[in-house]
Amino acid sequence: MTRHVVAGEHAARLRGVRKAFGTHLVFDGIDLDVERGERVAILGASGCGKSTLLRCVAGLERPDAGTIATGGEIGIVFQEPRLFPWLDVERNVAFPARSAQERERVANVLALVGLSHAATRLPKQLSGGMAQRAALARALVRDPHLLLLDEPFAALDALRRIELRSAVREILALTRASAILVTHDVDDALTLADRVVVLAGSPAEIAFSGNVGETATRAAILDALGVEDHAGHVRRLGVKR
Amino acid sequence: MTRFAVPLALFALWWGVTASGRIKSYQLASPADVVRELLDLAQHGLLWRDLGASVERVAAGFAIALILALVLGSLVGGSRAAERALDPTLQAIRSVPSLAWVPLILLWLGIGEPAKITLVAIGAFFPIYVALVAGIRGVDRKLVEVGAAFGLSRVALIARVLVPATLPQLLVGARIGLTQAWLFLVAAELLAATTGLGFLLTDGQQTSRTDEIFVAIILFALCGKLSESGMRWLERRLVGWTDTVAAS
Repeated sequence: MTRHVVAGEHAARLRGVRKAFGTHLVFDGIDLDVERGERVAILGASGCGKSTLLRCVAGLERPDAGTIATGGEIGIVFQEPRLFPWLDVERNVAFPARSAQERERVANVLALVGLSHAATRLPKQLSGGMAQRAALARALVRDPHLLLLDEPFAALDALRRIELRSAVREILALTRASAILVTHDVDDALTLADRVVVLAGSPAEIAFSGNVGETATRAAILDALGVEDHAGHVRRLGVKR
Repeated sequence: MTRFAVPLALFALWWGVTASGRIKSYQLASPADVVRELLDLAQHGLLWRDLGASVERVAAGFAIALILALVLGSLVGGSRAAERALDPTLQAIRSVPSLAWVPLILLWLGIGEPAKITLVAIGAFFPIYVALVAGIRGVDRKLVEVGAAFGLSRVALIARVLVPATLPQLLVGARIGLTQAWLFLVAAELLAATTGLGFLLTDGQQTSRTDEIFVAIILFALCGKLSESGMRWLERRLVGWTDTVAAS
């Protein structure tokens, strides 16, 4: 595969990407463009290969075929916070920083995620939601062109999930960074993304792609996911109460 | 207060038994004899000579063990090829009770300082080596991935992720290694020595001076306790971040 920096309107450009683990072909021929400033949610059932696709974009997995081009810095947030337990919050956030200018951003991104008061705490002293906020701040510290979010709310309880989701929404609006969000939650996708891409089948392929507010409605997404939307079904059949 | 009850009772028993005159001083010296002997040795400068000699041997042996364990442990922990090449041999050597090397060491190195330091180093090496290899193996792969995702070079990944992640295990290994070093020092000094705390032991035995033996035992206990406390202090200072009951 080749990886090169793209200029112009794309934050990421995938062409014919294929990945197999042993004899198991996860996906093949995936084409996907993420435009600058665009937020794309990749939806799919557990184990469909959506995280693998994101890991390919992050450079953590090597695709077996195809090309992935990304423009500039990438920031990534995993399902778990993955903070370094020996560093306090401030140093964890500063971890990816390479220049004095980026280190100066630490205080800003900490304020952005609402963790200024916890800068000197160790990860073991943080709640799950706070730890994930710190991970988000770490991903933002280098002012990335592309933010990769791999099921970032999955390990949180329902209330923390809502809280962090709205925080991410505000932050994405402020930073104007492009983002790829991998999730199995339709609400996550509809709340955060401009465009929803559904990955389904085995090997997985893009079963649906549409803009939120246009073709990407809940019903269309659930349909592409192969989820039986019982209420919708009942309405369509015109069954009276 | 309860923690002092048993030592105080034992001390009273010791005092009482020796004061009653039923036990000869060559069998058990009285506490006063031990203190007198301690002061006597200190006055003649022998205390510092013997203590110094023992501390030097432990320090030298431990330092050699630490350096070797760091080199070999990093190799074996960091590379499967090095593991296949080195680990079976090291494990085989480890399974030999370390004191079984004594005759060979004496034949090869004589009865001088190098033999004693070598024995101490053998004793200290394995706990550190084993802990380091386990520590490197146990590093959370997900943390390494974070480093890789943020574009760290191999050297930076080692320095900023692997080393700090391994440090807690390494320090535990070093603490056990240091205890082992004192154990092996006694063995080395019992065999052949003209200085050192172990020499005090054999000298006391040969001249039936239990007060001298007790002085040596007390000093050994102090040294062991001090090195253990020192290592624990180091652990609290360096790896207080670990999320364990002991650290919180």
